[in-house]
Amino acid sequence: MKFVDEYRQEPEVRRLLEALKRVAIRPFTIMEICGGQTHTLLRSGIDRMLPDTVTVVHGPGCPVCVTPLEQIDRAIALARRPGTILASFGDMLRVPGSDTDLLAVKAQGGDVRIVYSPLDAVKLATANPDREVVFFAVGFETTAPANAMAVWQACHGGVRNFSILSSHVLVPPAMEAILGSPENRIQGFLAAGHVCTVMGYEDYEPIAARYRVPIVVTGFEPLDLMQGLFMTVASLEAGRIGVENQYSRSVRREGNLPARRMIDEVFEVCDRPWRGIGVIPKSGYRLRPAYAAHDALSRFDVAGISAVESPLCIAGTIMQGIKKPGECAAFGGRCTPEHPLGAPMVSSEGACAAYHRYGRTA
Amino acid sequence: MCLGVPGRVERIDPNALGFSSGIVSFGGIRKEICLAYVPEARVGDYVLVHVGFAISTIDEAEAAAMFEDLVKLGELEGLDAQEPR
Amino acid sequence: MRGVPPLRADRVSDKRGPDLLAASCPIPIADIPTIQLAHGGGGRLTKMLIETIFVPQFANAALDELHDGAVLDVLGSRLAFSTDSYVVRPIFFPGGDIGSLSVNGTVNDLAMCGARPLGLSAGFILEEGLPMEDLWRIVGSMKAASAAAGVSIVTGDTKVVDRGKGDGVFINTAGVGLVPAGITISPKRAQPGDVVILSGSMAVHGIAIMSVREGLEFGTELVSDTAPLSGMVDALIAGLGSRVHVLRDPTRGGVASTLNEIAASAGVGIVLDERSLPVREEVLGACEILGLDPLYVANEGIFLALVEREAADEALSILRADPLGRDAVIVGEVVAEHPGTVWLKSRIGGTRIVDLLTGEQLPRIC
Repeated sequence: MKFVDEYRQEPEVRRLLEALKRVAIRPFTIMEICGGQTHTLLRSGIDRMLPDTVTVVHGPGCPVCVTPLEQIDRAIALARRPGTILASFGDMLRVPGSDTDLLAVKAQGGDVRIVYSPLDAVKLATANPDREVVFFAVGFETTAPANAMAVWQACHGGVRNFSILSSHVLVPPAMEAILGSPENRIQGFLAAGHVCTVMGYEDYEPIAARYRVPIVVTGFEPLDLMQGLFMTVASLEAGRIGVENQYSRSVRREGNLPARRMIDEVFEVCDRPWRGIGVIPKSGYRLRPAYAAHDALSRFDVAGISAVESPLCIAGTIMQGIKKPGECAAFGGRCTPEHPLGAPMVSSEGACAAYHRYGRTA
Repeated sequence: MCLGVPGRVERIDPNALGFSSGIVSFGGIRKEICLAYVPEARVGDYVLVHVGFAISTIDEAEAAAMFEDLVKLGELEGLDAQEPR
Repeated sequence: MRGVPPLRADRVSDKRGPDLLAASCPIPIADIPTIQLAHGGGGRLTKMLIETIFVPQFANAALDELHDGAVLDVLGSRLAFSTDSYVVRPIFFPGGDIGSLSVNGTVNDLAMCGARPLGLSAGFILEEGLPMEDLWRIVGSMKAASAAAGVSIVTGDTKVVDRGKGDGVFINTAGVGLVPAGITISPKRAQPGDVVILSGSMAVHGIAIMSVREGLEFGTELVSDTAPLSGMVDALIAGLGSRVHVLRDPTRGGVASTLNEIAASAGVGIVLDERSLPVREEVLGACEILGLDPLYVANEGIFLALVEREAADEALSILRADPLGRDAVIVGEVVAEHPGTVWLKSRIGGTRIVDLLTGEQLPRIC
């Protein structure tokens, strides 16, 4: 496949690895903040190839993992509601809520459907006019244009039985929360290439300046990651701060303007709780009042649902890169993919699940 | 975030609500994809697709430039290796 | 087993045997009170179900092999006996249907024991309301598939259940076959030094099925590769004899799950070379879009053969002589290290473990 295969070849990756080894003299800690990048690093074995001086930690880059517990509970309540179809991306189905998950609700007879695209959920609503269709709109900014378009099309197409449970989270506020934390050890960041494809990287420039770190917008293939890490380490060694763009074949500084316009039309920024971290101000999207008719939160009586996390799960410290999954007392014992205590063990992009699946113990 | 797959635009159709959709090929698999966010895309271009939406057109010149950088890096490495230590 | 909730100490003995569950209740999988879809996925939960519910109660030497079929000694000959049930949705898909799948599936299970099929049974559970035309089509398909495999359906059964209780049609097929003298094909025969051969390209069937399921349609028709493998297996055994150690068709759970089972059964390690794994471009494209790993996607028309290293070239030329085996390739080897686990050398030269999946692989966006 073009634009895929070329970035998965050993000779080019090796060349960059050798360059990285030569330039990585002092130890540095770099965070990547995207589940897809976590997975490539572990799947291709890059994490084991890096020199000891380069430590990569995995941030809260999995929107599935950071979706608050009460949001999962709300989705479950909606799935159980008679006459309702709960449509969702596959990722969300195994995430544990307070006492069950969507897959179990499906097993018990709830109408839960996996969709590939939010527009498929709108189609479901059109095809089932006597049912309510709720779409679990999870994601970072990457998915916001798609979810926005679904709401926009439902609104302008008169599809009144379609609504979304919005659970969007934004990356820059999370980066600031991590960098601004007194326990912060992160010295450089790989920014998520697909988030930046949509939003651009203008918002990262003030962050880089304020916290004096290099940020490299990075893609998802092995070659992209190796190059992103090389560029970050090279900047750290040279004392350079600011934003660089490794993923230039897809990312422009201003991002995707039509997509940003649609997001702005349908959504507004709001405070958002992140599972395992807490409320981060201005870190989420909610539907604008003009689209309230398609907001499941106001359409159905689920806003009152609240939830309490398992005390054993240290997802927050893991997602902030303070601890690695292997350092959690419950990892691999009380908490495994079969019976996860928290979201990072469930989502295939969660750091704990990735570590468990790819056999890392620390 | 994550799953974005590059594909080749095979066909573009304007649709009823004024947003274009089209057929994109991923290694031979053809799927209907919303092209609303890539108005500049033409048949034959490559786009990056996430959840059924194209979110960018792949800039082939930038991609080629990255590989040129890699080649240069390799040449530099080669030169360094020849220097006496 | 890593990741399995501990059985309650007062109800466990170290040996699998009839004393394990002297009390009829409660069941040992204390954490999961109901059957989940994942229990049928072929991964970790299926393994748990088999090892903690079925095997302890049914325990016997033939079952303990945990192979695709059982081999029974009958008056000096060895009879292979296998059964499989088919619940596939949709019933009709490009390249086949539940009927052809059910015939090929059991023919192949017998072939994986090294046996040539002698006869099949077919049991039908039909849902009230199933169109007669659909049943006719399915049965026609079974006729064609059994003719292609050179076997007859010699006995069967039919039941009908109330509307709403049966999802159209379920089929169970069982079969018996004769294992040639001197041939023992079993996962336990895998030995360090063996090569792992795959007879064809991966993930075709699983993706073809997904391509017609609701909401995941592709413009290009991907056709299931369901086929009888007995012809290739016959030729392989005729040529290599006892140098064929293991045969297994990687159905649900994919190549990854099957190799994990073999590694655990034989107490050996397996190493795969990612670069050698055969995947067609369009199948890869579909997997990329859906976020699926081809190693875990179900297959129907291919099989894994673990053979002695010295016989590898001969095995490949035998398989490639058959149209169904033209893509046969060596994908890995058996080693003594890391027994019971499967590792992969990635395309870029890194390494990672290929673990047993917990549940069904679901399409993802992240």
